[in-house]
Amino acid sequence: MDSFIVISLIKTFIIFAVLMTTLAYLQWVERKVIAHIQVRPGPYRVGPHGLLQPLADVIKLITKEDLLPPYVNKPLYLAAPFLAITMALLSISVIPFGPTIEVAGYRTWMQLTDLNIGVLFILAVSSMGVYGVALAGWASNNKYALLGGLRSSAQMISYELPLSMAIAAPLLISNTLSLRKLVGTQAGNLWNWNLFHGWQYVSFIIFLIAAFAETNRVPFDLPEAENELVAGFHTEYSSMKFASFFMAEYANMITVSCLATLLFLGGWVAPWPVEYGSGYVPVAIFALAGIIALTHGLNPARQRDRYTLPAFGVIFLIIAGIFLLPVMQPWLLPLFWFCAKTGAILFAFIWVRGTLPRFRYDQLMGFTWKFLFPAAVLNLLATGLVVALVS
Amino acid sequence: MSQVPISWFLTLSAILFVLGVAGFIFRRSIITMFMSIELMLNAVNLSFITFSYQLKQVDGHLFVFFVMVVAAAEAAVGLAIILTVFKNRQTLNIDEVNSMKN
Amino acid sequence: MDVILFLVFAIIAVLAAINVVVQTHPIASAVSLIGVMGSLAVLYLLLGAEFIAAAQVIVYAGAVMVLFIFVIMLLNAGAEARKGRSFMASLLGAPVLIALLALLAWFVERIYPEGMGVHFGGFTGGSPESIGHALFTTYMLPFEITSILVLIAIVGAVVLARKELD
Repeated sequence: MDSFIVISLIKTFIIFAVLMTTLAYLQWVERKVIAHIQVRPGPYRVGPHGLLQPLADVIKLITKEDLLPPYVNKPLYLAAPFLAITMALLSISVIPFGPTIEVAGYRTWMQLTDLNIGVLFILAVSSMGVYGVALAGWASNNKYALLGGLRSSAQMISYELPLSMAIAAPLLISNTLSLRKLVGTQAGNLWNWNLFHGWQYVSFIIFLIAAFAETNRVPFDLPEAENELVAGFHTEYSSMKFASFFMAEYANMITVSCLATLLFLGGWVAPWPVEYGSGYVPVAIFALAGIIALTHGLNPARQRDRYTLPAFGVIFLIIAGIFLLPVMQPWLLPLFWFCAKTGAILFAFIWVRGTLPRFRYDQLMGFTWKFLFPAAVLNLLATGLVVALVS
Repeated sequence: MSQVPISWFLTLSAILFVLGVAGFIFRRSIITMFMSIELMLNAVNLSFITFSYQLKQVDGHLFVFFVMVVAAAEAAVGLAIILTVFKNRQTLNIDEVNSMKN
Repeated sequence: MDVILFLVFAIIAVLAAINVVVQTHPIASAVSLIGVMGSLAVLYLLLGAEFIAAAQVIVYAGAVMVLFIFVIMLLNAGAEARKGRSFMASLLGAPVLIALLALLAWFVERIYPEGMGVHFGGFTGGSPESIGHALFTTYMLPFEITSILVLIAIVGAVVLARKELD
């Protein structure tokens, strides 16, 4: 019992630390990718290639003046960002990042806890996340914030329906609600993933579209865009409370990407088994990245990159070497595949942000009620029919 | 003593039910009365699940499922009615929504 | 451990329920009611009703209460004015309710003097599989009827709340 508590505390700290760093650097990745889509360099002054930009942003947000306007409803004003970030972080606690890991004789899952209603837990927590937005809009005592908050929460609850139906379709195939067992049913190779073996292409697309709307990302970010409604529901928030909403949005993005990976793309299952050499794919990728960085570092395009590019090259080659160590392979390889798939979906989120214009609010609501929800229902019916006929 | 006596759950359900009744009788705003109804329904749900635990059958959970569905439907229609009443009478005080002669 | 969990969440539930009844502003009552539903969800988990606990949070706390909060925000319902209350009500109100409560509690304790204890893991039949099995075999008719009921409620709510076409 004691070792269970200590191990759980250690896992909590590790997941929290990694998640916070990932949130900060996800913002860096987003700014760089959108910048390169728009043919401009993005942040590159603060640190090599702008890598210290998130640190500068955190310092700015922490040291800004923390206003408490006198006309707001104080309990709800203070509770709303807390609720938003709590629910966003709570949903990460049931996501499995890999199979079991053995450290110093203790075997444990690479997951904080495995509930046998894991999928329902994530849905429940994301339903509670609506309150952070709605109460923030109400408590701010500001008509723009109220309109933005109402619109955003109406959008979130409207898109929860196609999201739940798109989640239910692969669950019909995998027959379990526990996230760890869900990956277990997709074990083997690429063709066992729910996306391919279960023909869940339509569910995947519906899930992604509903996920874009749930997390208030472009093209559904009208309620919080800066040039609409002042700034939406977080108009009256500054400094750390604003940072909480920001972090909550990115944490929600990570959660839905992880959920898409677990439901459709097979979680941490490698595309082909380790016996046939899939363990060398990360080695090859990092070695290639290292060699490219080193060769570019020899005659850099910008003078400031003279030392940083070779440094990155060396770091990538060291990471490639770490993947070759047999002691790290049983847990590092599945973690790599999980992060690679989640990273691909997050890249798709950022790519869409840089590409598509945003929907108008009535187009957005019409889209879900008139098109996406019937499509999700038909998809669920078709999946159920096929499952019933096949088995 | 790491087991909770089952009568405590039923007593908690009774307390919540009585609080719901109190809210329903003493409050004058329609929306708060509606919320007291939801509180009463939740108290009853708790007793259903407690009895389901005692009898080791899952039927109590099914009853709670149906109570939740019916409560959700009732909340939707009831709030729509409240909106219509507000549009017509411009008040949410239930004493004033009375057009009978004394 | 289970006793501490029960006591903490039962006290939170009772305090939040008292807050629902006592607060004048409807939004404060609504947020307290969300607190009641959340603590009841934890108590359901203690009783082994995991699917119902998740359904409570998703349906009740996550959808029905959001609907309440939307309506309160749309109607801009302010704090309720304290009008004149009848003398009888303020004299007899609390004592009668406490008497009712004491009667209920006495009956409960009489029936379950030494009753079985509830501990986490005592009832494992509340999983989604057993609920689904019972729902689609024994309770098929109520299931179909409640789906039609929900459809009627949707149509009714849309008809009642739409703008009048002048």
